[in-house]
Amino acid sequence: MSEGIGAPVKRKEDKRFTTGKGKYTDDIRMENQAYAAFVRSPHAHAKVTNIDTSAAEAMDGVVAVLNGAELTGDGIGNIICGWAISSKDGSPMNMGAWSALATDTVRYTGDAVAVVIADSKAQARAAAEVVNVSYDVLPVAANIEAAIASGAPQIHENAPGNVIYDWEIGEKDATDAAIAGAAHVTEMDITNNRLAPNPMETRAAIATFDESDDHYTLYTTSQNPHVARLVLSAFYAVAPENKLRVIAPDVGGGFGSKIYIYPEEIVCLWASMKTKRSIKWTSDRSEAFLTDAHGRDHITKAKMGFDADGKIVGFKVSTKANFGAYMSLFSSAVPTYLYATLLSGTYNIPNIYCEVLAVYSNTNPVDAYRGAGRPEASYVVERMVETAAREMGKDPAELRRQNFVREFPHQTPVIMNYDSGDFEGNLDQAMAAADWNGFSARKAEAAARGKMRGIGMACYIEACGIAPSAAVGSLGAGVGLWESAEVRVNPVGTIEVLTGSHSHGQGHETTFAQVVAERFGVPLDSINIVHGDTDKVQFGMGTYGSRSGPVGLSAIVKACDKVEVKVRKIAAHLLECNEDELTIGDSQVKVEGTNKALGWHEVGLAAYTAHNLPADMEPGLKEGAFYDPENFTFPMGCFIAEVEVDPETGTTEIIKFVASDDFGVIINPMIVEGQVHGGIAQGIGQAMLEEVIYDDNGQQLSGSYMDYTMPRADDLPSFVVEHHNTRCTTNPLGIKGCGEAGAIGTPPAIINAITDAIGDNSLSMPATPSKVWALIQSSGAKIAAE
Amino acid sequence: MHNTKYHKAGSAADAASLLSGADDGTVLAGGQTLIPTMKARLAAPSDLVDVSCASDMRGISVSGNTVTIGAAMTHAEVAGSSEVRAICPAICDLASNIGDPAVRNRGTLGGSVANNDPAADYPAAMLALGATIKTNTRDIAADDFFTGMFDTALDEGEIITSVSFTAPSKGAYAKFPNPASRYAMCGVFVASTDAGVRVAVTGAGSDGVFRAGDMEAALGSDFSASALDGATVDAGDMLSDLHGDGVYRANLVKVMAKRAVTAAG
Ligand SMILES: Cc1cc2nc3c(=O)[nH]c(=O)nc-3n(C[C@H](O)[C@H](O)[C@H](O)COP(=O)(O)OP(=O)(O)OC[C@H]3O[C@@H](n4cnc5c(N)ncnc54)[C@H](O)[C@@H]3O)c2cc1C
Repeated sequence: MSEGIGAPVKRKEDKRFTTGKGKYTDDIRMENQAYAAFVRSPHAHAKVTNIDTSAAEAMDGVVAVLNGAELTGDGIGNIICGWAISSKDGSPMNMGAWSALATDTVRYTGDAVAVVIADSKAQARAAAEVVNVSYDVLPVAANIEAAIASGAPQIHENAPGNVIYDWEIGEKDATDAAIAGAAHVTEMDITNNRLAPNPMETRAAIATFDESDDHYTLYTTSQNPHVARLVLSAFYAVAPENKLRVIAPDVGGGFGSKIYIYPEEIVCLWASMKTKRSIKWTSDRSEAFLTDAHGRDHITKAKMGFDADGKIVGFKVSTKANFGAYMSLFSSAVPTYLYATLLSGTYNIPNIYCEVLAVYSNTNPVDAYRGAGRPEASYVVERMVETAAREMGKDPAELRRQNFVREFPHQTPVIMNYDSGDFEGNLDQAMAAADWNGFSARKAEAAARGKMRGIGMACYIEACGIAPSAAVGSLGAGVGLWESAEVRVNPVGTIEVLTGSHSHGQGHETTFAQVVAERFGVPLDSINIVHGDTDKVQFGMGTYGSRSGPVGLSAIVKACDKVEVKVRKIAAHLLECNEDELTIGDSQVKVEGTNKALGWHEVGLAAYTAHNLPADMEPGLKEGAFYDPENFTFPMGCFIAEVEVDPETGTTEIIKFVASDDFGVIINPMIVEGQVHGGIAQGIGQAMLEEVIYDDNGQQLSGSYMDYTMPRADDLPSFVVEHHNTRCTTNPLGIKGCGEAGAIGTPPAIINAITDAIGDNSLSMPATPSKVWALIQSSGAKIAAE
Repeated sequence: MHNTKYHKAGSAADAASLLSGADDGTVLAGGQTLIPTMKARLAAPSDLVDVSCASDMRGISVSGNTVTIGAAMTHAEVAGSSEVRAICPAICDLASNIGDPAVRNRGTLGGSVANNDPAADYPAAMLALGATIKTNTRDIAADDFFTGMFDTALDEGEIITSVSFTAPSKGAYAKFPNPASRYAMCGVFVASTDAGVRVAVTGAGSDGVFRAGDMEAALGSDFSASALDGATVDAGDMLSDLHGDGVYRANLVKVMAKRAVTAAG
């Protein structure tokens, strides 16, 4: 069986993961290691008036109790947001100070006030409990409405009215005019529920300071160890980059929440220098609920105008986004450039305007979570189009068809330039797989059983591989969004690929190797993927936003191109032929049409013995590349959900779920299917199950699995996953990316189906049984055959 | 978790004396509630007295219509007992739907009853079956045993050794699980015996497990789901939380009661 592009090769990494041999941060043990336990604020907003550490310091095993004054006294910098967004009036965003340990004010329940370092975890926790912090409790704004109400408590001095920015994109006047002249206008209030990321592995760090070398090593659960090292060095001033090694070993899922640098890693590094001990911290699940950056949390008002034929003429969106108490690393980009730029959806919309008000609240910080901005956009667009079809009495598939983008490249009014796609092809494929046309018979059959059956679709589009660097720089990004690779052919012909991407479940060790195996016609097993260690791998940007395929792999291809050039030169020299007469494959470099050939390993050996190389050629066979994409990639798809609601209890059962995606070229269909399954599961989680809830005092009511509903296998149907792919035209492999699609397209498909079933369009996520039941009661909906 | 001292009791009497010798001792059965509570540092007993192997708290016996189940019997053991299933399948079905396999293979009937979690399943069965809760010192009728959320008639240091009840001629348990925890958001156990019909509700009431008197009367004269059509449940007596308000839970009580009656046949 082929091991190259398109082969459903089993994941190389699964042997160690499924036999318990994975090496995660918490598995790492250092000599002389001590444990950190954080003292966290029980209040959502308070002044810290005193920290009495005497009782804690007197306890067994306690090495040190450290606080924010000492931290800032040692010159450790505040945590920053790395993407500058300006308001409508040109003013810069209002970023409040965030110290890794609060100095005078705590702004959310869980804000760290002090840290206890002790010989054992139990001793550290016991001592943390007796650190006596005195608070002056302040009024709390625990949600968007409370934060922008008049007289709301001021959370950061430099953010008046708790507004971080008031941003806009698109043409306001033209959009208003188009909507004013529309034959039909659909208006909706839409909320996007707040989610907790819940990777299986919680965050962890172990930091070691080597005094003899003035050097730090940090093992941590990061999706991007180089970015972590950069900000730890440049902004938090822990150590210069050459004195800081960051290693992200096996990481058990991230979903965005492990992009950012959190207070705990900074404190572990600093405390390792203070105490001359290795400092370990592993979050428990309760701490994860309190402190891992949450996702989503938008409220939106949207208006969409249509002409008499049903063509969309204008789309106006006004969104308020909850940022929590502090601005996390990429938080500012999520509700702006990762959200509003996708509001054209799969449609040709001539006029779009969006404004976004970013607000502080006394809650945990909010940042990117699987999909990051794009699920919010897709939800708004696809709920609006669906609702409009219902209001205008049009078939929802036909209305979509009528408005689809059909010619590429397509420039939307909100920055994006779609390169490729066949949106109708995915719609047709999904409708056929879902037997859309047979629905009314199934609805009637369900009605006879006392069930309300509904069907709904969503045609999402998203953008992966944020790029190019110069463009994102002009939009405020503090970093470039290229990727790096180094391909090292060893003297025996085996290959190491050093990538700046990071795998935390995606299967890069397999898919990246497949691409290289195909390229050089060598066995998959002869290729190793190296990632996650700043001492081993050249600077790279890491993995998020489904960028590893379109961007990370493109860098590998670029490095392979350079390797191939040298391989051809060496082989042509040794075989005495022209370079273009050579073919590479089957572990050989061969002169076309002859039996003259060199084994792949012989070329490697020749490069390193350097006994007989072309004149002026350097020895060795190793090439590096940096790839800066010329555009985003645009995966899209059509998802269809069919559901049955039990009107007596409000319980929704998903009867069928069909996904037809366009991911461009697929490297490993099995891994892609796994990514789609996981994404749909999380999408169903958002649509029906999950929600982080704070009470008005800023206490998290959903802080454990007793109250936060994680999707389980029996909440999910067996998914039908199909593909109708068109090649991406802007990267060498034609890849679009697949990591987030499921989470982006699923929520609107599910809510469109449930609202169809119950005949009440006001449903909000998550569609819990109690909520669905209450709507059925209030609307007096009856089970109808049609 | 705070430090604690572990003891393994061979019998209920052994457990009682170990407890009386401890500073601040607690009975440990399956540990499915107690251990998480200790790990969350919300409980810190000085001593744990493990009764899961106490010989006189183990075993199941059925004689005539009377079923006796040792307090240390796990949910999985009750679910899998063919003797009990032959005479009272409802309680086996109930046990088979508690938690997950790990929970069912550790958690015990005695632990569940002693804990009286307002969302636990067994209390509804005990109350509907009119069970007798036997302890190391006395017998307590279920009607007197459950005294409110997480509250029971047990005295300090008193140990449940077994429960016994008369198998009903018709009985069933219908559970609407909380979407997150899968405990009961509303669970209704109906049991029809010579003495009449008893209906007990867990998960929904604002003060823990309770009997639905009106429903019992309606079913006493006509044991059918439609007999409950006119039943009303006061939303004001129901729990209200982020998973559902009192009105919703009141509805669930009625729906689950009907489903239980239908299942009981
Ligand atoms: C993930 C999970 C899911 C669960 N789902 C459900 C569910 O769906 N439905 C449900 O009903 N329950 C559920 N439970 C709870 C489970 O049934 C527990 O087993 C039960 O609540 C306690 O039983 P235990 O034997 O584990 O008791 P322990 O945890 O050992 O003890 C609980 C309490 O009872 C006391 N105690 C124990 N035995 C005795 C005794 N013989 N006499 C006096 N006091 C005693 C202990 O001192 C302690 O205070 C779940 C638990 C978990 C962890």
